Amino acid sequence: MENKVIKSSVPVNYVHKKTFWTNRRKEGLVGWLFLLPEIIGILLLYLFPLVFSLVLSFSEWNLVGGLQAIQFVGFDNFLKLFEDEKIVMALKNNFIFTIFTVPIGMFLAIILAVMIHTKVYMSSYFKVAFFIPYISSIIAIGAVWSALFHPSLGPINQFLAGLGIENTPMWLASPKTSLISIIIITIWAGIGYQIIIYLSSLASIPEELYEAASIDGASQLQQFFKITLPLLGPTNVFLFITLLIGSFKVFDLIAFLTQGGPNNSSTVIVFRIYEEGFQQFNMGYASAISWLLFLIVGIITLISWKLQKRFVHS
Amino acid sequence: MKKKLDISKILITIGMFVLSIFFLVPLIWMISAAFKFEKDVMVFPIQWIPKDWNIIENFKAVWMAEIPFYKFYFNSIKLAVIQTLATLIFSSMAAFAFSKLQFKGRDFVFALVLSFMIIPEQATLVPRFILIKWLGLYNTHEGLILMGLFSIYFTFLMRQYMLGISNEYIEAAKLDGAGYFTIYWKIILPLCKPILATAGIIKFIWIWNDYQGPLIFLIDKELYPITLGLQLFKDDYADNFAVLMMASLSAIIPLLIVFILMQKQVIKGIALGGVKG
Repeated sequence: MENKVIKSSVPVNYVHKKTFWTNRRKEGLVGWLFLLPEIIGILLLYLFPLVFSLVLSFSEWNLVGGLQAIQFVGFDNFLKLFEDEKIVMALKNNFIFTIFTVPIGMFLAIILAVMIHTKVYMSSYFKVAFFIPYISSIIAIGAVWSALFHPSLGPINQFLAGLGIENTPMWLASPKTSLISIIIITIWAGIGYQIIIYLSSLASIPEELYEAASIDGASQLQQFFKITLPLLGPTNVFLFITLLIGSFKVFDLIAFLTQGGPNNSSTVIVFRIYEEGFQQFNMGYASAISWLLFLIVGIITLISWKLQKRFVHS
Repeated sequence: MKKKLDISKILITIGMFVLSIFFLVPLIWMISAAFKFEKDVMVFPIQWIPKDWNIIENFKAVWMAEIPFYKFYFNSIKLAVIQTLATLIFSSMAAFAFSKLQFKGRDFVFALVLSFMIIPEQATLVPRFILIKWLGLYNTHEGLILMGLFSIYFTFLMRQYMLGISNEYIEAAKLDGAGYFTIYWKIILPLCKPILATAGIIKFIWIWNDYQGPLIFLIDKELYPITLGLQLFKDDYADNFAVLMMASLSAIIPLLIVFILMQKQVIKGIALGGVKG
């Protein structure tokens, strides 16, 4: 009864309009409007760069003379990758950087996190203490370490000399030790992040498991290996992959402290992109290196998705 | 039994405390050096508490330099505030559409957007640089800001969060005659405050610490943010570590304040948001 009254009171043309702008259509339009900025952003900053860098990677161009000056050179840039000693150096350094920073960082972090989680008083102090370097600007951190590592005057070498070591290392200034110096700073600055991740995961392990284990007479060490470590499995995988991908993107410290030197001893793949693209303006070759990076990171990511799926299902 | 356990816990706490001090030594050294005369900085054994204080002169050298440090501060704050607010708005808008509005193609577009997360930002630097040149935004803050307006990762995080908000709020608002924009602005965003705060803090810290972006997109020293400002100090004061440490300390202090005031959100945010990139 009431329905009828309402219907008849609505003007005819209004009803007509309403059949087109159904609630569903309206919701759809609104939905796309809300997505619009993000979609424009992605087209402009992700899709376009991806396609354009693929085109550039097959060409030679130094920005001069506009788009017409782009010369297609086929696979030359990619072939050059294999002959470029600096690229070989960069890949090797990235590899060394990874195998030092990732396992050592994770190993130290897991021990510290377990300590902070159960074995100490004032655990919130420790969280903050180990986290402060991570939150600080890596550039400011780099400036501090450049002073600490100073070959003749720096406190580290004065300390070593005090211990009676004669040929103190030149740290950042020598091809032999530049990369290892960067690695030390990276582990020091990054460990807070890893501790935080482990702590949030440790907090979710039920206390009863440990109580049951101690009643059964399991030692602390046994508890760590039989309970803590297995239950941290997914976290280990997550951290490993995040750090692995991160380690292939390392740039800031190296650009700030060593410029990849001395003698390319600390150059890495992203620094090579920077050097070729923004110092030499070899846009084509820089794009080819970018695709090499994309390929490495892409493969790691795909493998990690597979791994994580397995962990989630098991 | 219980007492014995406590003793071991005390011993471990003391051990860890020593370790943490050892760990913090570089930062303690930085602060101490920033307060000294240059001649005392590299003296060994280290004077942890300066014998002669030179805070004011060092402070002046940093904050009243040829390009004073407050300019870098101002630039960093400007870049960080604008990019943080813009990312929060654009990401939450997209997340709202992806989680609370029903329309054809939505889930397909979402999957497509997510797939772009696989691309490392560093791999797109060259074409982005060219794009910025074409747009006439090279060596401007606008160009740099444009690079940081969007975040697929935050869109994802916020969508997950919004999925947990009951649709009943929205249905009730609709019955009251609220439009979609009102629902987004007046209902969803206030309910999303925790995730907005978390995301906002990490984004702010990322931008504050960003070095690579400004290095590539800026040349004018007047436009430098703090990270590039530090680079200038490192180049100009290669032999004056006291001033360089004062500059480093000045760069870190705002982060420490943010961290101390909002410890919980920062830690939660870092755990969620992970490593920049």
